[in-house]
Amino acid sequence: MSNNLKLITAPLRKANPVTVLILGICSALAVTAKLKPAIVMALSVTVVTALSNLVISLLRKGIPSKIRIIVQLIVVATLVILVDQFLKAFMYDVSKQLSVFVGLIITNCIVMGRLEAFAMSHRPWESFLDGIGNGLGYGSILVIVAFVRELFGSGTLLGYQVITQGLYDFGYVNNSLMILPPMALIIIGIIIWLQKSEEEK
Amino acid sequence: MKLRDYIDKIKPNFEEGGKFARFHSTFEAFETFLYTPNKVTTNGAHIRSHVDMKRSLIAVVFALIPCFLFGTWNIGYQHFLSLGQDVTFWQTVGYGLLKIIPLYLVSYIVGLVIEFTFAEIRHEEVNEGYFVTGFLIPLIMPVDVPLWMLAIAVAFAVIIGKEVFGGSGMNVVNPALLARAFLFFSYPSKMTGDSVWIAEKADAYSGATPLGTIFNGGTVNELPSLMDMFIGTIPGSVGETSKIAILIGGIFLIISGTASLRIIIATFAGAIAMSLMISDIPFYYHILMGGFMFGTIFMATDPVTAAQTNPGKWIYGFLIGAIAILIRVANPGYPEGMMLAILLMNVFAPLIDWCVVAVNVRKRKKRWAAAERSQK
Repeated sequence: MSNNLKLITAPLRKANPVTVLILGICSALAVTAKLKPAIVMALSVTVVTALSNLVISLLRKGIPSKIRIIVQLIVVATLVILVDQFLKAFMYDVSKQLSVFVGLIITNCIVMGRLEAFAMSHRPWESFLDGIGNGLGYGSILVIVAFVRELFGSGTLLGYQVITQGLYDFGYVNNSLMILPPMALIIIGIIIWLQKSEEEK
Repeated sequence: MKLRDYIDKIKPNFEEGGKFARFHSTFEAFETFLYTPNKVTTNGAHIRSHVDMKRSLIAVVFALIPCFLFGTWNIGYQHFLSLGQDVTFWQTVGYGLLKIIPLYLVSYIVGLVIEFTFAEIRHEEVNEGYFVTGFLIPLIMPVDVPLWMLAIAVAFAVIIGKEVFGGSGMNVVNPALLARAFLFFSYPSKMTGDSVWIAEKADAYSGATPLGTIFNGGTVNELPSLMDMFIGTIPGSVGETSKIAILIGGIFLIISGTASLRIIIATFAGAIAMSLMISDIPFYYHILMGGFMFGTIFMATDPVTAAQTNPGKWIYGFLIGAIAILIRVANPGYPEGMMLAILLMNVFAPLIDWCVVAVNVRKRKKRWAAAERSQK
Protein backbone atom coordinates (compact mmCIF):
# COMPACT_ATOMS: atom_id res chain seq x y z
CA MET A 1 0.00 0.00 0.00
CA SER A 2 1.38 3.38 -0.88
CA ASN A 3 2.12 5.75 1.92
CA ASN A 4 -0.32 8.32 0.63
CA LEU A 5 -3.19 5.87 0.62
CA LYS A 6 -2.31 4.87 4.16
CA LEU A 7 -2.75 8.49 5.23
CA ILE A 8 -6.41 8.17 4.31
CA THR A 9 -7.11 4.61 5.46
CA ALA A 10 -5.33 4.64 8.82
CA PRO A 11 -7.66 7.19 10.47
CA LEU A 12 -10.67 5.16 9.37
CA ARG A 13 -9.84 2.26 11.67
CA LYS A 14 -6.48 1.94 13.36
CA ALA A 15 -5.97 5.60 14.23
CA ASN A 16 -9.58 6.71 14.25
CA PRO A 17 -9.79 10.13 15.91
CA VAL A 18 -13.05 9.32 17.74
CA THR A 19 -12.72 5.68 18.79
CA VAL A 20 -8.95 5.51 19.35
CA LEU A 21 -7.89 9.04 20.21
CA ILE A 22 -11.27 9.91 21.82
CA LEU A 23 -11.34 13.35 20.19
CA GLY A 24 -14.35 15.29 18.94
CA ILE A 25 -16.75 13.52 21.29
CA CYS A 26 -18.87 16.58 22.16
CA SER A 27 -20.06 17.20 18.64
CA ALA A 28 -20.51 13.46 18.13
CA LEU A 29 -23.04 13.58 20.98
CA ALA A 30 -24.74 16.75 19.85
CA VAL A 31 -25.40 16.35 16.15
CA THR A 32 -26.09 12.62 15.81
CA ALA A 33 -29.77 12.44 16.76
CA LYS A 34 -30.60 12.58 13.02
CA LEU A 35 -28.66 11.26 10.05
CA LYS A 36 -28.80 14.33 7.82
CA PRO A 37 -27.14 16.84 10.17
CA ALA A 38 -24.55 14.18 10.99
CA ILE A 39 -23.62 13.76 7.33
CA VAL A 40 -23.43 17.52 6.80
CA MET A 41 -21.34 17.88 9.94
CA ALA A 42 -19.03 15.08 8.82
CA LEU A 43 -18.49 16.75 5.43
CA SER A 44 -17.94 20.16 7.03
CA VAL A 45 -15.29 18.81 9.37
CA THR A 46 -13.61 16.94 6.52
CA VAL A 47 -13.45 20.10 4.43
CA VAL A 48 -12.10 22.15 7.32
CA THR A 49 -9.43 19.63 8.39
CA ALA A 50 -8.28 19.00 4.82
CA LEU A 51 -8.04 22.66 3.82
CA SER A 52 -6.58 23.91 7.09
CA ASN A 53 -4.00 21.14 6.96
CA LEU A 54 -3.13 22.21 3.42
CA VAL A 55 -2.87 25.91 4.24
CA ILE A 56 -0.85 25.42 7.42
CA SER A 57 1.44 22.98 5.67
CA LEU A 58 2.11 25.56 2.96
CA LEU A 59 2.83 28.21 5.58
CA ARG A 60 4.68 25.92 8.00
CA LYS A 61 8.17 27.23 7.25
CA GLY A 62 7.11 30.85 7.68
CA ILE A 63 5.20 30.50 10.95
CA PRO A 64 7.23 31.53 14.02
CA SER A 65 6.78 28.72 16.48
CA LYS A 66 5.88 31.07 19.34
CA ILE A 67 2.69 32.28 17.68
CA ARG A 68 1.82 29.17 15.69
CA ILE A 69 -1.36 28.42 17.64
CA ILE A 70 -2.76 31.86 16.86
CA VAL A 71 -1.92 31.47 13.18
CA GLN A 72 -3.53 28.03 13.09
CA LEU A 73 -6.59 29.39 14.83
CA ILE A 74 -7.00 32.18 12.31
CA VAL A 75 -6.79 29.76 9.40
CA VAL A 76 -9.29 27.37 10.99
CA ALA A 77 -11.66 30.17 11.98
CA THR A 78 -11.64 31.57 8.45
CA LEU A 79 -12.48 28.17 6.98
CA VAL A 80 -15.19 27.50 9.53
CA ILE A 81 -16.84 30.85 8.79
CA LEU A 82 -16.75 30.02 5.09
CA VAL A 83 -18.38 26.64 5.71
CA ASP A 84 -20.95 28.21 8.00
CA GLN A 85 -21.87 30.86 5.43
CA PHE A 86 -22.06 28.22 2.73
CA LEU A 87 -24.46 26.11 4.80
CA LYS A 88 -26.58 29.15 5.63
CA ALA A 89 -26.82 30.04 1.97
CA PHE A 90 -27.55 26.64 0.47
CA MET A 91 -28.82 24.36 3.26
CA TYR A 92 -30.57 26.70 5.63
CA ASP A 93 -32.68 24.09 7.46
CA VAL A 94 -29.69 21.85 8.24
CA SER A 95 -27.66 24.87 9.25
CA LYS A 96 -30.37 25.76 11.73
CA GLN A 97 -30.36 22.23 13.18
CA LEU A 98 -26.59 22.25 13.55
CA SER A 99 -26.81 25.74 15.05
CA VAL A 100 -23.78 26.52 17.12
CA PHE A 101 -21.97 23.26 16.39
CA VAL A 102 -20.69 24.39 13.00
CA GLY A 103 -19.04 27.35 14.67
CA LEU A 104 -17.65 25.03 17.30
CA ILE A 105 -15.67 23.11 14.66
CA ILE A 106 -13.01 25.70 15.51
CA THR A 107 -12.64 24.10 18.91
CA ASN A 108 -12.81 20.55 17.59
CA CYS A 109 -9.70 18.87 18.93
CA ILE A 110 -9.28 16.85 15.76
CA VAL A 111 -8.65 19.96 13.63
CA MET A 112 -6.05 21.54 15.91
CA GLY A 113 -4.60 18.13 16.72
CA ARG A 114 -3.88 17.31 13.09
CA LEU A 115 -2.40 20.76 12.49
CA GLU A 116 -0.01 20.41 15.40
CA ALA A 117 0.79 16.74 14.94
CA PHE A 118 0.92 16.47 11.19
CA ALA A 119 0.64 19.59 9.04
CA MET A 120 3.43 21.48 10.85
CA SER A 121 5.93 18.81 9.83
CA HIS A 122 4.71 17.38 6.52
CA ARG A 123 4.40 18.45 2.91
CA PRO A 124 1.16 20.01 1.62
CA TRP A 125 -0.19 17.09 -0.41
CA GLU A 126 0.36 14.60 2.41
CA SER A 127 -1.20 17.00 4.91
CA PHE A 128 -4.21 17.44 2.68
CA LEU A 129 -4.70 13.67 2.47
CA ASP A 130 -4.24 13.32 6.22
CA GLY A 131 -6.94 15.94 6.74
CA ILE A 132 -9.32 14.09 4.43
CA GLY A 133 -8.59 10.80 6.20
CA ASN A 134 -9.18 12.17 9.67
CA GLY A 135 -12.32 14.01 8.61
CA LEU A 136 -13.69 10.81 7.13
CA GLY A 137 -12.66 8.79 10.19
CA TYR A 138 -14.57 11.22 12.38
CA GLY A 139 -17.45 11.31 9.92
CA SER A 140 -17.77 7.55 9.65
CA ILE A 141 -18.35 7.23 13.39
CA LEU A 142 -20.80 10.13 13.31
CA VAL A 143 -22.79 8.49 10.53
CA ILE A 144 -22.86 5.08 12.25
CA VAL A 145 -24.07 6.62 15.51
CA ALA A 146 -26.63 8.81 13.78
CA PHE A 147 -27.89 5.84 11.74
CA VAL A 148 -28.61 3.81 14.86
CA ARG A 149 -30.06 6.75 16.76
CA GLU A 150 -32.38 7.94 14.00
CA LEU A 151 -33.53 4.43 13.08
CA PHE A 152 -34.46 3.37 16.61
CA GLY A 153 -35.20 6.80 18.04
CA SER A 154 -37.45 8.20 15.34
CA GLY A 155 -38.10 5.24 13.06
CA THR A 156 -36.80 7.23 10.09
CA LEU A 157 -33.64 7.51 8.01
CA LEU A 158 -32.76 10.85 6.40
CA GLY A 159 -36.29 11.90 7.27
CA TYR A 160 -38.00 9.04 5.41
CA GLN A 161 -40.16 6.65 7.43
CA VAL A 162 -38.36 3.30 7.50
CA ILE A 163 -40.18 1.41 10.23
CA THR A 164 -43.58 0.61 8.81
CA GLN A 165 -46.91 1.50 10.32
CA GLY A 166 -47.67 -2.21 10.66
CA LEU A 167 -44.95 -2.60 13.23
CA TYR A 168 -46.31 0.33 15.25
CA ASP A 169 -49.79 -1.20 15.13
CA PHE A 170 -48.22 -4.36 16.47
CA GLY A 171 -47.11 -2.46 19.57
CA TYR A 172 -43.67 -1.17 18.61
CA VAL A 173 -42.70 2.14 20.19
CA ASN A 174 -39.81 4.43 19.28
CA ASN A 175 -37.07 4.47 21.87
CA SER A 176 -36.84 7.97 23.36
CA LEU A 177 -33.56 7.21 25.10
CA MET A 178 -31.96 7.06 21.63
CA ILE A 179 -32.76 10.74 21.13
CA LEU A 180 -31.09 11.72 24.40
CA PRO A 181 -27.32 12.46 24.32
CA PRO A 182 -26.28 9.64 26.74
CA MET A 183 -27.19 7.04 24.12
CA ALA A 184 -24.65 8.52 21.67
CA LEU A 185 -21.99 8.00 24.31
CA ILE A 186 -23.11 4.40 24.85
CA ILE A 187 -23.14 3.67 21.11
CA ILE A 188 -19.64 5.12 20.70
CA GLY A 189 -18.60 2.97 23.65
CA ILE A 190 -19.99 -0.14 21.96
CA ILE A 191 -18.17 0.73 18.71
CA ILE A 192 -14.90 1.10 20.64
CA TRP A 193 -15.57 -2.24 22.38
CA LEU A 194 -16.14 -4.06 19.07
CA GLN A 195 -13.12 -2.43 17.46
CA LYS A 196 -10.81 -3.26 20.38
CA SER A 197 -11.91 -6.87 20.66
CA GLU A 198 -11.42 -7.32 16.92
CA GLU A 199 -7.93 -5.85 17.07
CA GLU A 200 -7.00 -8.21 19.88
CA LYS A 201 -7.60 -11.22 17.66
CA MET B 1 -26.12 -39.97 45.99
CA LYS B 2 -27.29 -41.18 42.58
CA LEU B 3 -27.22 -37.63 41.22
CA ARG B 4 -23.69 -37.06 42.54
CA ASP B 5 -22.51 -40.24 40.83
CA TYR B 6 -24.12 -39.22 37.57
CA ILE B 7 -22.49 -35.80 37.69
CA ASP B 8 -19.10 -37.35 38.38
CA LYS B 9 -19.61 -39.75 35.48
CA ILE B 10 -20.36 -37.07 32.90
CA LYS B 11 -17.87 -34.58 34.31
CA PRO B 12 -14.85 -35.62 32.14
CA ASN B 13 -16.82 -34.72 29.01
CA PHE B 14 -16.78 -31.09 30.09
CA GLU B 15 -13.15 -30.95 31.18
CA GLU B 16 -10.35 -29.67 28.95
CA GLY B 17 -10.24 -31.84 25.84
CA GLY B 18 -13.58 -33.50 26.52
CA LYS B 19 -16.43 -33.74 24.03
CA PHE B 20 -18.32 -30.76 25.42
CA ALA B 21 -15.40 -28.69 26.70
CA ARG B 22 -17.06 -25.67 25.12
CA PHE B 23 -19.87 -25.91 27.66
CA HIS B 24 -17.60 -26.17 30.68
CA SER B 25 -19.00 -23.00 32.28
CA THR B 26 -22.56 -24.19 31.90
CA PHE B 27 -21.77 -27.55 33.47
CA GLU B 28 -19.84 -25.96 36.29
CA ALA B 29 -22.75 -23.62 37.03
CA PHE B 30 -25.22 -26.46 37.43
CA GLU B 31 -22.82 -28.62 39.43
CA THR B 32 -22.12 -25.94 42.00
CA PHE B 33 -25.78 -25.06 42.07
CA LEU B 34 -26.67 -28.59 43.12
CA TYR B 35 -23.72 -29.27 45.43
CA THR B 36 -21.51 -27.07 47.53
CA PRO B 37 -18.20 -26.81 45.67
CA ASN B 38 -15.45 -28.80 47.41
CA LYS B 39 -12.71 -26.37 46.42
CA VAL B 40 -10.01 -25.67 48.98
CA THR B 41 -7.36 -23.00 48.83
CA THR B 42 -3.95 -24.41 47.90
CA ASN B 43 -1.60 -22.01 49.67
CA GLY B 44 -1.67 -19.63 52.60
CA ALA B 45 -3.83 -19.90 55.68
CA HIS B 46 -7.20 -18.97 54.26
CA ILE B 47 -10.50 -20.06 55.66
CA ARG B 48 -13.34 -20.48 53.19
CA SER B 49 -16.81 -19.97 54.57
CA HIS B 50 -19.33 -22.57 53.48
CA VAL B 51 -21.59 -19.64 52.63
CA ASP B 52 -20.24 -18.99 49.16
CA MET B 53 -21.70 -16.51 46.73
CA LYS B 54 -24.45 -18.85 45.52
CA ARG B 55 -25.72 -19.34 49.07
CA SER B 56 -25.62 -15.69 50.07
CA LEU B 57 -27.37 -14.60 46.90
CA ILE B 58 -30.06 -17.21 47.34
CA ALA B 59 -30.75 -15.53 50.71
CA VAL B 60 -31.79 -12.41 48.81
CA VAL B 61 -34.11 -14.46 46.63
CA PHE B 62 -35.68 -15.97 49.77
CA ALA B 63 -36.10 -12.49 51.21
CA LEU B 64 -37.93 -11.41 48.06
CA ILE B 65 -40.46 -14.22 48.20
CA PRO B 66 -42.96 -12.34 50.45
CA CYS B 67 -42.90 -9.42 48.01
CA PHE B 68 -43.35 -11.82 45.11
CA LEU B 69 -46.31 -13.57 46.70
CA PHE B 70 -48.04 -10.39 47.75
CA GLY B 71 -47.31 -8.77 44.39
CA THR B 72 -48.89 -11.70 42.57
CA TRP B 73 -52.04 -11.45 44.67
CA ASN B 74 -52.15 -7.66 44.34
CA ILE B 75 -52.02 -7.80 40.52
CA GLY B 76 -55.21 -9.83 40.55
CA TYR B 77 -56.76 -7.79 43.36
CA GLN B 78 -56.20 -4.45 41.61
CA HIS B 79 -57.44 -5.84 38.30
CA PHE B 80 -60.73 -7.15 39.65
CA LEU B 81 -61.16 -4.09 41.88
CA SER B 82 -60.94 -1.80 38.87
CA LEU B 83 -63.52 -3.92 37.04
CA GLY B 84 -65.72 -3.95 40.13
CA GLN B 85 -65.95 -7.75 40.14
CA ASP B 86 -66.14 -9.89 43.23
CA VAL B 87 -63.97 -12.99 42.88
CA THR B 88 -62.50 -15.70 45.06
CA PHE B 89 -58.99 -15.66 46.47
CA TRP B 90 -57.77 -18.31 44.03
CA GLN B 91 -59.13 -16.48 41.02
CA THR B 92 -57.24 -13.40 42.16
CA VAL B 93 -54.00 -15.31 42.62
CA GLY B 94 -54.54 -17.19 39.35
CA TYR B 95 -54.89 -13.96 37.42
CA GLY B 96 -51.79 -12.58 39.12
CA LEU B 97 -49.77 -15.68 38.21
CA LEU B 98 -50.97 -15.43 34.62
CA LYS B 99 -49.54 -11.91 34.49
CA ILE B 100 -46.33 -12.38 36.43
CA ILE B 101 -45.06 -15.70 35.02
CA PRO B 102 -44.41 -14.30 31.51
CA LEU B 103 -42.43 -11.44 33.08
CA TYR B 104 -40.26 -13.94 34.95
CA LEU B 105 -39.82 -16.17 31.91
CA VAL B 106 -38.60 -13.26 29.80
CA SER B 107 -36.39 -11.89 32.55
CA TYR B 108 -34.66 -15.20 33.25
CA ILE B 109 -34.42 -16.58 29.71
CA VAL B 110 -32.96 -13.40 28.19
CA GLY B 111 -30.69 -12.67 31.13
CA LEU B 112 -29.35 -16.19 31.60
CA VAL B 113 -28.76 -16.78 27.88
CA ILE B 114 -26.60 -13.65 27.81
CA GLU B 115 -24.82 -14.59 31.06
CA PHE B 116 -24.01 -18.12 29.89
CA THR B 117 -22.90 -16.92 26.45
CA PHE B 118 -20.48 -14.40 27.94
CA ALA B 119 -19.16 -16.92 30.45
CA GLU B 120 -18.47 -19.48 27.72
CA ILE B 121 -16.76 -16.92 25.47
CA ARG B 122 -14.56 -15.74 28.31
CA HIS B 123 -13.98 -19.25 29.76
CA GLU B 124 -15.19 -18.07 33.14
CA GLU B 125 -17.51 -19.62 35.66
CA VAL B 126 -21.12 -18.57 35.35
CA ASN B 127 -21.89 -16.21 38.18
CA GLU B 128 -25.06 -16.40 40.19
CA GLY B 129 -25.54 -12.65 40.25
CA TYR B 130 -28.30 -12.93 37.73
CA PHE B 131 -30.49 -15.06 39.98
CA VAL B 132 -31.12 -12.04 42.16
CA THR B 133 -31.20 -9.50 39.33
CA GLY B 134 -33.61 -11.64 37.35
CA PHE B 135 -35.85 -12.05 40.38
CA LEU B 136 -35.81 -8.31 41.12
CA ILE B 137 -36.49 -7.01 37.62
CA PRO B 138 -40.16 -8.10 37.30
CA LEU B 139 -40.85 -6.85 40.84
CA ILE B 140 -39.88 -3.27 39.95
CA MET B 141 -41.83 -3.12 36.69
CA PRO B 142 -45.39 -1.96 36.08
CA VAL B 143 -47.38 -5.15 35.54
CA ASP B 144 -48.45 -4.23 32.01
CA VAL B 145 -44.97 -3.63 30.61
CA PRO B 146 -44.80 -5.19 27.10
CA LEU B 147 -42.61 -8.29 27.10
CA TRP B 148 -40.42 -7.23 24.17
CA MET B 149 -39.57 -4.01 26.04
CA LEU B 150 -38.68 -6.04 29.11
CA ALA B 151 -36.44 -8.26 26.97
CA ILE B 152 -34.58 -5.25 25.53
CA ALA B 153 -34.18 -3.71 28.97
CA VAL B 154 -32.83 -6.95 30.45
CA ALA B 155 -30.36 -7.33 27.57
CA PHE B 156 -29.24 -3.72 27.95
CA ALA B 157 -28.82 -4.00 31.71
CA VAL B 158 -26.88 -7.27 31.59
CA ILE B 159 -24.60 -6.33 28.69
CA ILE B 160 -24.00 -2.60 29.25
CA GLY B 161 -24.52 -2.60 33.01
CA LYS B 162 -22.59 -5.72 33.92
CA GLU B 163 -20.75 -7.71 31.27
CA VAL B 164 -18.75 -4.82 29.80
CA PHE B 165 -17.37 -4.15 33.28
CA GLY B 166 -16.37 -7.79 33.74
CA GLY B 167 -19.48 -9.58 34.98
CA SER B 168 -21.00 -10.12 38.41
CA GLY B 169 -19.29 -8.25 41.19
CA MET B 170 -17.62 -5.78 38.84
CA ASN B 171 -20.67 -3.71 37.94
CA VAL B 172 -20.79 -0.04 38.83
CA VAL B 173 -24.57 0.33 39.04
CA ASN B 174 -27.29 -2.07 40.09
CA PRO B 175 -28.30 -3.98 36.93
CA ALA B 176 -31.94 -4.42 37.95
CA LEU B 177 -32.33 -0.69 38.49
CA LEU B 178 -30.50 -0.01 35.25
CA ALA B 179 -33.09 -2.13 33.43
CA ARG B 180 -35.82 -0.02 34.98
CA ALA B 181 -34.05 3.26 34.24
CA PHE B 182 -33.55 2.17 30.64
CA LEU B 183 -37.28 1.56 30.20
CA PHE B 184 -38.13 4.70 32.14
CA PHE B 185 -36.24 6.92 29.71
CA SER B 186 -36.85 4.84 26.58
CA TYR B 187 -40.57 4.27 26.79
CA PRO B 188 -41.96 6.74 29.34
CA SER B 189 -45.54 6.17 28.18
CA LYS B 190 -45.35 2.56 29.40
CA MET B 191 -43.52 3.31 32.64
CA THR B 192 -45.25 6.29 34.23
CA GLY B 193 -48.69 7.81 34.38
CA ASP B 194 -51.99 6.57 35.72
CA SER B 195 -52.78 3.75 33.32
CA VAL B 196 -49.82 1.38 33.57
CA TRP B 197 -50.05 0.15 37.15
CA ILE B 198 -53.13 -2.05 36.94
CA ALA B 199 -53.37 -4.99 34.55
CA GLU B 200 -56.15 -4.51 31.95
CA LYS B 201 -57.66 -1.70 33.95
CA ALA B 202 -61.23 -0.56 33.31
CA ASP B 203 -61.06 2.84 31.55
CA ALA B 204 -63.16 4.76 34.03
CA TYR B 205 -61.18 3.62 37.05
CA SER B 206 -58.38 5.89 38.27
CA GLY B 207 -55.20 3.89 38.49
CA ALA B 208 -53.02 6.59 39.98
CA THR B 209 -50.42 5.53 42.52
CA PRO B 210 -50.25 7.57 45.74
CA LEU B 211 -47.03 9.10 44.47
CA GLY B 212 -48.69 10.02 41.17
CA THR B 213 -51.60 11.65 43.01
CA ILE B 214 -49.26 13.83 45.06
CA PHE B 215 -47.16 14.60 41.98
CA ASN B 216 -50.21 15.91 40.13
CA GLY B 217 -51.00 18.32 42.93
CA GLY B 218 -53.21 16.07 45.04
CA THR B 219 -53.38 16.37 48.81
CA VAL B 220 -52.90 13.81 51.54
CA ASN B 221 -56.67 13.48 51.92
CA GLU B 222 -57.00 11.99 48.45
CA LEU B 223 -54.57 9.19 49.24
CA PRO B 224 -55.49 5.68 50.35
CA SER B 225 -55.39 5.21 54.11
CA LEU B 226 -52.00 4.74 55.76
CA MET B 227 -53.02 1.20 56.61
CA ASP B 228 -53.74 0.35 52.96
CA MET B 229 -50.40 1.80 51.93
CA PHE B 230 -48.66 -0.20 54.63
CA ILE B 231 -50.35 -3.50 53.77
CA GLY B 232 -49.96 -2.78 50.08
CA THR B 233 -53.42 -2.93 48.55
CA ILE B 234 -52.58 0.01 46.26
CA PRO B 235 -51.51 0.27 42.61
CA GLY B 236 -47.78 0.35 41.94
CA SER B 237 -44.87 -1.66 40.58
CA VAL B 238 -45.38 -5.38 41.17
CA GLY B 239 -43.31 -5.93 44.31
CA GLU B 240 -43.08 -2.49 45.86
CA THR B 241 -46.56 -1.99 47.26
CA SER B 242 -46.61 -4.10 50.41
CA LYS B 243 -44.45 -2.59 53.13
CA ILE B 244 -45.15 -5.60 55.39
CA ALA B 245 -43.74 -8.04 52.85
CA ILE B 246 -40.72 -5.78 52.32
CA LEU B 247 -40.11 -5.58 56.08
CA ILE B 248 -40.30 -9.37 56.46
CA GLY B 249 -37.71 -9.71 53.70
CA GLY B 250 -35.63 -6.93 55.22
CA ILE B 251 -35.52 -8.55 58.65
CA PHE B 252 -34.47 -11.84 57.05
CA LEU B 253 -31.70 -10.06 55.13
CA ILE B 254 -30.41 -8.29 58.23
CA ILE B 255 -30.43 -11.46 60.35
CA SER B 256 -28.69 -13.48 57.64
CA GLY B 257 -26.08 -10.72 57.41
CA THR B 258 -26.62 -10.09 53.71
CA ALA B 259 -27.85 -6.50 53.89
CA SER B 260 -26.15 -3.71 55.79
CA LEU B 261 -28.26 -2.30 58.61
CA ARG B 262 -26.16 0.89 58.50
CA ILE B 263 -27.25 1.66 54.95
CA ILE B 264 -30.90 0.98 55.75
CA ILE B 265 -30.93 3.23 58.84
CA ALA B 266 -28.99 5.96 57.06
CA THR B 267 -31.36 5.92 54.08
CA PHE B 268 -34.39 6.29 56.34
CA ALA B 269 -32.65 9.09 58.23
CA GLY B 270 -31.79 10.92 55.03
CA ALA B 271 -35.34 10.66 53.71
CA ILE B 272 -36.90 11.79 56.99
CA ALA B 273 -34.53 14.72 57.35
CA MET B 274 -35.08 15.90 53.81
CA SER B 275 -38.87 15.56 53.88
CA LEU B 276 -39.07 17.44 57.20
CA MET B 277 -37.12 20.23 55.56
CA ILE B 278 -38.74 20.67 52.16
CA SER B 279 -41.91 18.60 51.85
CA ASP B 280 -45.47 19.76 52.50
CA ILE B 281 -46.73 16.29 53.40
CA PRO B 282 -45.73 14.35 56.54
CA PHE B 283 -42.55 12.30 56.25
CA TYR B 284 -44.23 8.94 56.90
CA TYR B 285 -46.17 9.34 53.66
CA HIS B 286 -42.91 9.65 51.77
CA ILE B 287 -41.66 6.45 53.35
CA LEU B 288 -44.84 4.54 52.51
CA MET B 289 -45.23 5.93 48.98
CA GLY B 290 -43.66 4.57 45.82
CA GLY B 291 -40.54 2.47 45.73
CA PHE B 292 -38.75 4.01 48.71
CA MET B 293 -38.93 1.01 51.05
CA PHE B 294 -38.27 -1.55 48.35
CA GLY B 295 -35.31 0.43 47.06
CA THR B 296 -33.89 0.91 50.54
CA ILE B 297 -34.03 -2.75 51.56
CA PHE B 298 -33.23 -4.53 48.32
CA MET B 299 -31.42 -2.06 46.05
CA ALA B 300 -29.43 0.38 48.16
CA THR B 301 -27.96 -2.48 50.20
CA ASP B 302 -26.65 -4.38 47.18
CA PRO B 303 -23.14 -5.18 48.47
CA VAL B 304 -21.49 -4.84 45.06
CA THR B 305 -22.61 -1.32 44.25
CA ALA B 306 -22.86 0.18 47.75
CA ALA B 307 -20.08 1.89 49.69
CA GLN B 308 -17.78 -0.61 51.44
CA THR B 309 -16.41 1.32 54.42
CA ASN B 310 -18.56 1.77 57.50
CA PRO B 311 -18.55 5.59 57.60
CA GLY B 312 -19.00 5.47 53.83
CA LYS B 313 -22.16 3.41 54.26
CA TRP B 314 -23.68 6.08 56.50
CA ILE B 315 -22.92 8.82 53.98
CA TYR B 316 -24.04 6.70 51.04
CA GLY B 317 -27.34 5.74 52.62
CA PHE B 318 -28.11 9.21 53.94
CA LEU B 319 -27.55 10.79 50.54
CA ILE B 320 -29.75 8.20 48.81
CA GLY B 321 -32.65 9.03 51.14
CA ALA B 322 -32.13 12.77 50.91
CA ILE B 323 -31.73 12.87 47.12
CA ALA B 324 -34.74 10.59 46.57
CA ILE B 325 -37.01 12.96 48.48
CA LEU B 326 -35.38 16.00 46.88
CA ILE B 327 -36.17 14.63 43.41
CA ARG B 328 -39.73 13.76 44.45
CA VAL B 329 -40.47 17.23 45.80
CA ALA B 330 -38.42 19.59 43.68
CA ASN B 331 -38.30 18.00 40.25
CA PRO B 332 -41.13 18.76 37.82
CA GLY B 333 -40.38 15.86 35.46
CA TYR B 334 -40.74 12.56 37.29
CA PRO B 335 -42.81 11.55 40.30
CA GLU B 336 -40.36 8.98 41.68
CA GLY B 337 -36.80 9.76 42.73
CA MET B 338 -35.68 6.58 44.47
CA MET B 339 -34.40 4.83 41.36
CA LEU B 340 -32.40 7.84 40.20
CA ALA B 341 -31.06 8.52 43.70
CA ILE B 342 -29.74 4.97 44.07
CA LEU B 343 -28.19 4.94 40.60
CA LEU B 344 -26.53 8.28 41.25
CA MET B 345 -25.09 7.16 44.57
CA ASN B 346 -23.97 3.83 43.04
CA VAL B 347 -21.73 5.89 40.80
CA PHE B 348 -20.41 7.93 43.72
CA ALA B 349 -19.93 5.02 46.16
CA PRO B 350 -16.27 4.37 45.19
CA LEU B 351 -15.49 8.07 45.61
CA ILE B 352 -17.07 8.10 49.08
CA ASP B 353 -14.96 5.08 50.04
CA TRP B 354 -11.84 6.74 48.69
CA CYS B 355 -12.50 9.88 50.78
CA VAL B 356 -13.18 7.85 53.93
CA VAL B 357 -9.90 5.98 53.52
CA ALA B 358 -8.00 9.20 52.76
CA VAL B 359 -9.39 10.91 55.87
CA ASN B 360 -8.46 7.89 57.96
CA VAL B 361 -4.93 7.84 56.58
CA ARG B 362 -4.48 11.50 57.44
CA LYS B 363 -5.83 11.02 60.95
CA ARG B 364 -3.45 8.17 61.62
CA LYS B 365 -0.52 10.10 60.19
CA LYS B 366 -1.26 12.96 62.58
CA ARG B 367 -1.54 10.58 65.50
CA TRP B 368 1.70 8.93 64.55
CA ALA B 369 3.47 12.29 64.24
CA ALA B 370 2.18 13.30 67.68
CA ALA B 371 3.44 10.03 69.16
CA GLU B 372 6.83 10.59 67.55
CA ARG B 373 7.08 14.07 69.05
CA SER B 374 6.14 12.95 72.54
CA GLN B 375 8.85 10.29 72.47
CA LYS B 376 11.57 12.82 71.74
